[in-house]
Amino acid sequence: MARFSDENLAIATQIISLYPQSRSALVPLCHLAQSQDGWLTPDAMENIAELLGLQAAEVLGTASFYDMLHTEPVGKYLIGICTNIACMLNGAQEVLEYAEESLGISVGNTTEDNLFTLEETECLADCGKAPCLQVNYRFFGPISNEDFDELITNLKSGSLGSQIPDHGTINRVLRKQGLAVSMSEISSQRAEADKQIAKRKAAQAALDASQKGEGK
Amino acid sequence: MTLSQPVNIVSSRFGLENSFTLDTYLKTGGYKGLRKALSMDPEQVTQQVLTANLLGRGGAGFEAGRKWSMLKPNPVRYLVVNGDESEPATFKDHYLIEKDPHQLIEGTLIAAYANQVNQAFIYIRGEFALGLERVQQALNEAYDYGAVGRNILGSQFSIDIVVHPGAGAYICGEETALIESLEGKRGFPRIKPPYFPAVIGLYGEPTIVNNVETVSNLPWIINNGGSSFASYGKGRSTGTRLFALSGRVRQPGFYELEMHTNTFRDLIYAPLLGGGIPHGNELTAFIPGGASSPWFGPDHLDLALDQDEVAKAGSMLGSGSVIVMDSTTCPVRASWRLVRFFARESCGQCTPCREGSGWLEKIMSRIEQGRGREEDLELLLDVSDNISPSLSWPPQQTTICVLGPSIPPSILSALQLFRDSFLLHIKEGACPYG
Repeated sequence: MARFSDENLAIATQIISLYPQSRSALVPLCHLAQSQDGWLTPDAMENIAELLGLQAAEVLGTASFYDMLHTEPVGKYLIGICTNIACMLNGAQEVLEYAEESLGISVGNTTEDNLFTLEETECLADCGKAPCLQVNYRFFGPISNEDFDELITNLKSGSLGSQIPDHGTINRVLRKQGLAVSMSEISSQRAEADKQIAKRKAAQAALDASQKGEGK
Repeated sequence: MTLSQPVNIVSSRFGLENSFTLDTYLKTGGYKGLRKALSMDPEQVTQQVLTANLLGRGGAGFEAGRKWSMLKPNPVRYLVVNGDESEPATFKDHYLIEKDPHQLIEGTLIAAYANQVNQAFIYIRGEFALGLERVQQALNEAYDYGAVGRNILGSQFSIDIVVHPGAGAYICGEETALIESLEGKRGFPRIKPPYFPAVIGLYGEPTIVNNVETVSNLPWIINNGGSSFASYGKGRSTGTRLFALSGRVRQPGFYELEMHTNTFRDLIYAPLLGGGIPHGNELTAFIPGGASSPWFGPDHLDLALDQDEVAKAGSMLGSGSVIVMDSTTCPVRASWRLVRFFARESCGQCTPCREGSGWLEKIMSRIEQGRGREEDLELLLDVSDNISPSLSWPPQQTTICVLGPSIPPSILSALQLFRDSFLLHIKEGACPYG
């Protein structure tokens, strides 16, 4: 478990090809690994390092900077409750406390059945629906204690279905194709365009100068 | 109060069903701006944006056209669209991305053409899962339609766009941190000079970084002309802004309003906009432009929604997010929560910010919990002064980026407007708001 499957390896290869420098693919590949395994496993980081010509420690050192990349297992559903200002002003702290009590875990922990991990998040940018939360990065809000109960019931019964994929999957739409234009081709096109622009600018400058001369 | 006629420049499709599809986009004039731009010379496109006086919508408010003009001539150039919206209470880009991804792509293409960049990247906050899916879907459609890729819309211009996901870090919204992040590294801001993106940007090459809302204005500007855009608003504040209203208001949400024409009072109280404060409570303070901006009391409600006027009054319109507090809001707790945010999001490079944010958070936290001392108020100023010398506005800084100097304003504002509340917390040994 945890190295890229053949299918995901093909996706990874395409992602790498999109960037002028392969290291740019590091975060997208971490997301891909999380969508496969639910979290970022040591094997996956090793695999990503091989693909990018890095050390596994460089992958971990970068991934650990980002809140969404989990280098420890999390539950099937990651519940992130925002308590930043707009949500706080509308009772988010109370929702968070209710969630802790209701799930029987404190922030940062996972329920025994590995279904839910609870996080307190910074502003999720849905302040018009404060207090808001995300389940696996899908938005819900405004949320009352009753709404929270209902959400948990629905998640347990699976009735939210494909609306909320398992943790780690943030983008289910694949890019159809790689780059349409090669880097070298585009460079020569731009060099040509720059020549044209310079020519036009010189012509404009000459025109301006002659008009200035006439004005005198 | 009189409201100006609603003007929909960037949010015109928000109410439409399936507003995010190519079909809807084409039926409502989509990609016409791009066609027109491609029939012009690149420098003519830039001229239209200069005429429009489009100010960057990310927070700093720099003229987009001037930013473009500063791009260093170089064989390789890049465009990065900043969709890493994470400023507390800012949520306009979130909806521009989800509801009108083709407008974002068309704007990106216009900017890419004007600046003749080699490749464009749309960096989207990782938490916007639906947004990422919508933009990738729209980009796939745009490739099929021929608007992106080789010889776009039959022109000589070719360009690729890549959608890049973030992974949860506020600091990556800072343009140099965004570039580092896009290079596959930790989001550590770079020091300016020399790392001005227009000179040394992505992969060391000259790079334009534009905000999502900024770019989303471009199709309209090219379609209607820069002077039409500039006819809205007043002075330097032209066009519209998508104001994000939140906190203690009846109808929080985003409202596209002509710049300058309306006031904060209109935005917060007009029945078609914020609708006033719940239960008819009193407004006690509001934050005019995101978590980093100094707060205003009710005496500033009649200030126009205008970048320069808000700056003159001692704050900033910033990201266009307005946060309302009322008589139920504990100002100490509100300020503490913002300080805690910055303490959590400090990248850790610069000592004054890394250490100072933690100290400020601890002091604010103990005051809020009733364990504060009167001398803490002095200490708050002292620590703040180490991050942002002289505590002036606009702030000075001892740090690489502006995250550090963004911490003191909420403390200073709360102290200035609500000093009695701080003293009451200390005297009673508890938060009076419970």
